[in-house]
Amino acid sequence: MRASRVLLAGAAGLTLVLSACTTDAPENPDEGTAGGENGGEMSPDAEWFDQAEFGTQMAQRDIEPEGPADEPWTQAIEPEWVDTSDFAIDDPQDAHVCFSNASVSNPWRVTGFITMEQQVEALVDEGRIGSFDSSDAADDDNQQISDIQAFVDSGNCDAIIISPSTTATLTPAVETACESGVPVVVFDRGVNSDCMVTFIHPIGGYAYGADAADFLVESLEPGSTVLALRILPGVDVLEHRWAAAQEVFADSELEVLGFEFTEGDGAQIKDLVSQHLQRGEVNGIWMDAGDGAVAGLEAFEDAGQPYPVIAGEDELSFMRKWDEEGLTAIAPVYSNFQWRTPVIAAGMILAGEEVPAEWVLPQDPIREDELDDYLDRNSDMPSLHYAKFGGEDLPGFPEAWVDR
Amino acid sequence: MTEPTTARVRFPTALRGGTGTVSVLLVLIFVVIATQNPSFFEGPPLMAFAKKAAPLVVLAIGQYLVIVSGEFDLSVGSLVGAQVVIAARLIDGDEAMTYPVIGLMLLFGLLVGLVNGLVTTLLRVPSIITTLGTMLILFGAVRYWTGGAPTGALSEGFRVFGRHGPDGVPVLGQIPWALVIAALLTVGAILLMRSPYGRSLMATGDNDTAAAFSGVRVWRVRTLAFVGSSLMATVAAILIGGFAGVTAQVGEGLEFTAITAVVLGGVVLGGGRGTVVAAVLGALTVEALFTLFNQLYLPSTIQPTAQGLIIIAAVAYVSRRGDPRPPTRPRRRPDPPNERQLDSSRR
Repeated sequence: MRASRVLLAGAAGLTLVLSACTTDAPENPDEGTAGGENGGEMSPDAEWFDQAEFGTQMAQRDIEPEGPADEPWTQAIEPEWVDTSDFAIDDPQDAHVCFSNASVSNPWRVTGFITMEQQVEALVDEGRIGSFDSSDAADDDNQQISDIQAFVDSGNCDAIIISPSTTATLTPAVETACESGVPVVVFDRGVNSDCMVTFIHPIGGYAYGADAADFLVESLEPGSTVLALRILPGVDVLEHRWAAAQEVFADSELEVLGFEFTEGDGAQIKDLVSQHLQRGEVNGIWMDAGDGAVAGLEAFEDAGQPYPVIAGEDELSFMRKWDEEGLTAIAPVYSNFQWRTPVIAAGMILAGEEVPAEWVLPQDPIREDELDDYLDRNSDMPSLHYAKFGGEDLPGFPEAWVDR
Repeated sequence: MTEPTTARVRFPTALRGGTGTVSVLLVLIFVVIATQNPSFFEGPPLMAFAKKAAPLVVLAIGQYLVIVSGEFDLSVGSLVGAQVVIAARLIDGDEAMTYPVIGLMLLFGLLVGLVNGLVTTLLRVPSIITTLGTMLILFGAVRYWTGGAPTGALSEGFRVFGRHGPDGVPVLGQIPWALVIAALLTVGAILLMRSPYGRSLMATGDNDTAAAFSGVRVWRVRTLAFVGSSLMATVAAILIGGFAGVTAQVGEGLEFTAITAVVLGGVVLGGGRGTVVAAVLGALTVEALFTLFNQLYLPSTIQPTAQGLIIIAAVAYVSRRGDPRPPTRPRRRPDPPNERQLDSSRR
């Protein structure tokens, strides 16, 4: 019996050694990059890369948006205004606006949803809308489809706002909402349909990923090493960020060590970064979302190594660390203030005012010169709050965001 | 003081049980890591590994207590998450609050363990359901309390346990407090299992009716095991919070990693067999495996698959070991009419 156990253990060991040998060989030898197969290759996955859309977003970063500069949530980049007089109702002060939310499963969505609720309060006070109702699908497509159906069936909604959980699956549900005759507003993630009155979103994932990657390319010497930290695969907004970064890094002289999926978990991020630091220098960190950026930086502290150049996000824990340690950093922004726009749009549509068919909101990263300003404005806010939440002028500021 | 040395030292003496298998596996994984990254066994990287692995070791000890008594504790992952979030919110960066809050966390852990234990033993709800319920309750309550985004901050004093340790030790650089804590708890658990309580716990897991006949108060023994597990989860929360700070995802999925660790150590689900040392080695093996996956640049998308295969292989191996008792033990089945049995159904 002992012999068989030793035999089995030996077999297990052999398997490990063999798997070490096989996985060590680069999967795509023709790509010839340094990082092994976990992301050394620098050509974006075709499934997630649309050259034309990439070009559009790159250009949109430099276009001056229309609208008041101190209210970016009402600004639009190259809007095509559409007439909504068909949807105008006589008594908007009694209008009931319904919102089907994909989820509030991360701090970014939590922050945004608070902002939206405070915006509703402001609009109700102004008599632009009457009441507001929301449902939360907890990231479940089926739940959201039935949420939307319930809104349609109730017949109480004068306008329906949808933040889809996924693109393809929610398309028929959004079309059902459109067919019910009430105006539909979609924001954040899109759907494969143009039946809604307006689709509201910031410039997009390519611009986000490129902002971060461009900064690393500018700030690092040629030949420097960059590690990419990604949350998880298969989510379009996140995949677009990485695809854009691959595009930028491919044209640069930076050496990309690879990428790691972290699920945004601080402990995993710290562990993975520590392991990379054991194997060699890391000069730059690219992240597809800023969650856990501070844990990544602590790995450098604990290893006694100089801080990297880092692209995080406008999440306050990261921005405060940036300020305290005087990092070379950038905070790419996926404009959180976009949560205000859909309810404003609903009010405009119900009043028969023109809205952009595709409402592209500005999406400017926070750079070093704006850091102090944004930290001041958010000094009372918790660390998992987003600096560009854009709710400073809303009722309930700052308590609504502080006491979440 | 390094893990592989411990493993090698224990190896000859412990070959009899599951400890032998997991030791061999651990040493093999370390050897493969060494071929990939020779600098891994220079002091600091090894200490970094120990720091990372310590919370899982602590969780595995807690999970071991419950599993060896014949139950499960699925609530530990959520409990870790809840404790870190509670700590961040109550401490809010204030050093003076560190120890009062740690005290409060231990009390909360105690309470959760008591609830798990009493509901399982007195209300006779299967522990897999009880702790699944606790897991969901804690998860939801934390979501509700924080609105999905934890607030506050941990103090530096709190983070010392998971992050720092005495510096300037020759060769090793820094001995993490986390390693010291995990080692002390391991020794404590070994002593506990040799005490009368430990024997009762083992006997309960093996055959609770027989244990009851011989005078063991089964409900009390099991409840204390749950309390132990929750307290260990609280310590793990202090270490994990210290290691990496507060994120919304902290603790997610840890219950299964802890169960994997214990099972990998050859501790038999259903109770009654396995040693603390094996569970601890199982935890180190799981962490070493994660490190190995990373060193091999194994895509992280495939890692759960590899993890799953290893769990099944480990359990299959333990089950087919030539033990006089069949792996599916009769007390789990309806009574075969011609088999004289001491215990009928446990619940």
